[in-house]
Amino acid sequence: MVQKITTQTLRQKLEILADAAKYDASCASSGTVKKNSLGGKGIGSTEGMGICHAYAPDGRCISLLKILLTNHCIFDCHYCINRKSSNVRRARFSPQEVAELTLNFYRRNYIEGLFLSSGIIKSSNHTMEQLVECARILREEHDFRGYIHLKTIPEADPELIHQAGFHADRVSINVELPTTSGLIRLAPDKDERQIEGAMGKTKARIIQAQDERKRFRHAPRFAPAGQSTQMIVGADNASDADIVGKASSLYNAFGLRRVYYSAFSPIPDASAVLPLKRPPLMREHRLYQSDWLMRFYGYAPREVQQATEKDGNLPLDIDPKLAWALKFREQFPVDVNRASKEQLLRVPGLGTTAVARIVKARRHRTLRLDDVAKLTQSIAKVRPFMVALDWRPTMLTDRADLRALLAPKQEQLELF
Amino acid sequence: MTAMQKVSLGAHYVVHLQAPDDFAFWRERARGLIQCDVPPDRLSWVEPGGMGDLFATEGPFRGERRLPVPDDDARPVRASKRFMKLARNAALHSDPQRFGLLYRMLWRLQSNPRAMEDKADPDVRRIEELDKAVRRDSHKMHAFVRFREVRVEDGSRHYVAWFEPDHHIVRANAGFFIRRFANMNWSILTPRGCLHWDGVTMRESGPARREDAPQGDPIEELWKSYYASIFNPARLKVGAMLAEMPKKYWKNMPEAELIPDLIAGAQAREVGMVAAGAREERERPASLAAIAEAIIGCRDCPIAECDTRAVMGEGPADATLMIVGEQPGDREDREGRPFVGPSGQLLDECLAQAGIDRSAAYVTNAVKHFKFAQRGKRRLHQSPSAKEIDTCRWWLESERTLVKPRLVLALGASAARGLLGKTVSISQARGKPIALEDGAELWVTVHPSYLLRLEGTAHEEQGARFAADLAAVKARVAELEG
Repeated sequence: MVQKITTQTLRQKLEILADAAKYDASCASSGTVKKNSLGGKGIGSTEGMGICHAYAPDGRCISLLKILLTNHCIFDCHYCINRKSSNVRRARFSPQEVAELTLNFYRRNYIEGLFLSSGIIKSSNHTMEQLVECARILREEHDFRGYIHLKTIPEADPELIHQAGFHADRVSINVELPTTSGLIRLAPDKDERQIEGAMGKTKARIIQAQDERKRFRHAPRFAPAGQSTQMIVGADNASDADIVGKASSLYNAFGLRRVYYSAFSPIPDASAVLPLKRPPLMREHRLYQSDWLMRFYGYAPREVQQATEKDGNLPLDIDPKLAWALKFREQFPVDVNRASKEQLLRVPGLGTTAVARIVKARRHRTLRLDDVAKLTQSIAKVRPFMVALDWRPTMLTDRADLRALLAPKQEQLELF
Repeated sequence: MTAMQKVSLGAHYVVHLQAPDDFAFWRERARGLIQCDVPPDRLSWVEPGGMGDLFATEGPFRGERRLPVPDDDARPVRASKRFMKLARNAALHSDPQRFGLLYRMLWRLQSNPRAMEDKADPDVRRIEELDKAVRRDSHKMHAFVRFREVRVEDGSRHYVAWFEPDHHIVRANAGFFIRRFANMNWSILTPRGCLHWDGVTMRESGPARREDAPQGDPIEELWKSYYASIFNPARLKVGAMLAEMPKKYWKNMPEAELIPDLIAGAQAREVGMVAAGAREERERPASLAAIAEAIIGCRDCPIAECDTRAVMGEGPADATLMIVGEQPGDREDREGRPFVGPSGQLLDECLAQAGIDRSAAYVTNAVKHFKFAQRGKRRLHQSPSAKEIDTCRWWLESERTLVKPRLVLALGASAARGLLGKTVSISQARGKPIALEDGAELWVTVHPSYLLRLEGTAHEEQGARFAADLAAVKARVAELEG
């Protein structure tokens, strides 16, 4: 076995360890402090906005070199391709190899930086040490100033997690499953309290470091792009209402920058307890939309949950904002010339940009339907819920078939 | 003399720009012209090599007429910061009308300083469109420039890229690449001019051709492997990719040549991923008889290839107690019933001693087929692998769903894994209830075959602990039933 690993080429290892990392949804390189390589010895910069250097045919952005250090693992989580009882090919990078690969890709402008995760080998501490070592080589030996995202291991020594945050722009710990029972069933070696405890500690470190920066200009930064987490959707029977509730409690309790949702996708050599079907991509999309509603549109988690249907799931054919508006029709229509920004944000079809434009433009003129059409993507969606100088949606909000009018048309399949 | 008097009546002015992205020059000229009250419709802006607008090409207005010069005390020209920021970026657009548009907006801002806020105004919208297109083009340049390494004779490394922008953005984005690759020698070649950085100074040169850039780089093979591996075929969304990475960029990105094959192969790979997972989503059998029938044909794990029969559990379909062993042995396989071999006999004895009625319990195994290695005429027992137990767990769960036992007794580590999905240590787990997710209690103890292998005092000790475990189960079952 050991013999086999040493004869793998760098390319074979990259194939195995990138393949193993593709189930992680996050590839963001945004939200960190500005850095550049002027006056340094190495390369790299981050300018706030993330950059997607390529897109894969799955529509996902490739911003970072997203790999595992190794896919050997002593854990046996059912949803994970790298679990102990899986028959996948195994490989392992040395920290030197990871650093070289990152720099070689970065010099050619393929990537923004590194997203490193790992299976658990030997012990949690040993694995965490190796992850930190990769980041240390990049930062200290090569003066690399690009983006680094490290997955941290909840069971590892807090001192190691501290070092990880010192080198990395972002750290993350996956909560994996939205319900405790799901975690017990599908990730028997993981412990919810330990995961949340580690997230709590990370939050405290981030706040402490920010506080120190205020007093001492040269105090070291700790994970300036904050922490994030990921939840798998569709592997257990949690409803969207459960997931939204869990996400909002995570945002509140741990000050997370992002909660990522990953539609459970069939993995080769899957465990028998999992559904093997196409990943519920539309469900994932609706959850992201509801996430946006909470973060940018002023919806309370309870309100998003109100938009769900009887089974606790968000409708798949229409977006959650429209679903909410259809349930609470008494709040509409909204007058675009008078309504507050908060009310405008609730109008289906009006995004944050459109609302900002309306609020500015109405200082200069009383808006007509045509004006609103120029400020928005599609007036057809907005029209039934708004009032303008020359527009009033008579009866529209009372129509029983409003949903059918607004939902995207189902395509009739041709006979073959 | 007022400014207006300097402007010849009915004159049309033409301004020749020195470079298509020279915002500072435009700003200088525009300031002077506004101070001289030259209205937008009497003015044309011509780029080098460009035709300007229609007026500029027609007879009497061709060529640059001497532009009016404002007085020293002319009133200053004002514009909001927001306009300046937008204009600076929009001026990089390749639309030949852009400078005229910006001048018209600047003209309007003098009488209505807040004109930029009216987002429904056509000029404001057009400027915002230009700005957006230029920002997008710059962003794509940051993203899609691909350097190739060239070894220079002195041993140093030079990185050269070829990029084709839509707008005049090259010079404006030099700063980004300098900040990012400050300590690298690099050149970006484009049809609109080139940038060269040697680690200290920035040099510009004229337009280049695609052939001037180097072809190939050994690291590209690694990058392509990465691109192909990080793509999840089960999530194919070609539209989303094309929206962000339109085909016009593909020819200069090494990884893009893989895309057609990745898309074409995606469905097959997804089917492969599901098939490799070995089982499809299926309905749970509705009765124990249906399970008994279905497991005969089950080929989900390699044990079934051993040509043995499937051994179904037996006992009352509403039993309170379910006893789970590891897998059928040689005797069980021949007779088709669980726990009838040597271990079964020992189990029967111990149950009887503990006062548990075996016929009232549902007795089954974690794995339904006998796994063995042939040694001559003998079939030697082989422990099932974790994966085989996990695969067979689906049948055990189907049995549990139907029987709904309130207490499950797992004999040995394999049985415990079949119920919990993870491997537990018997010595730590025994003697106390573990809650299962359907509300039943799981009790774990050793498998009777373990006792058969022990001798002397060890046998007696372990026998006593086994008896104690069974006694505890007996008491708990009585409690649950009572």
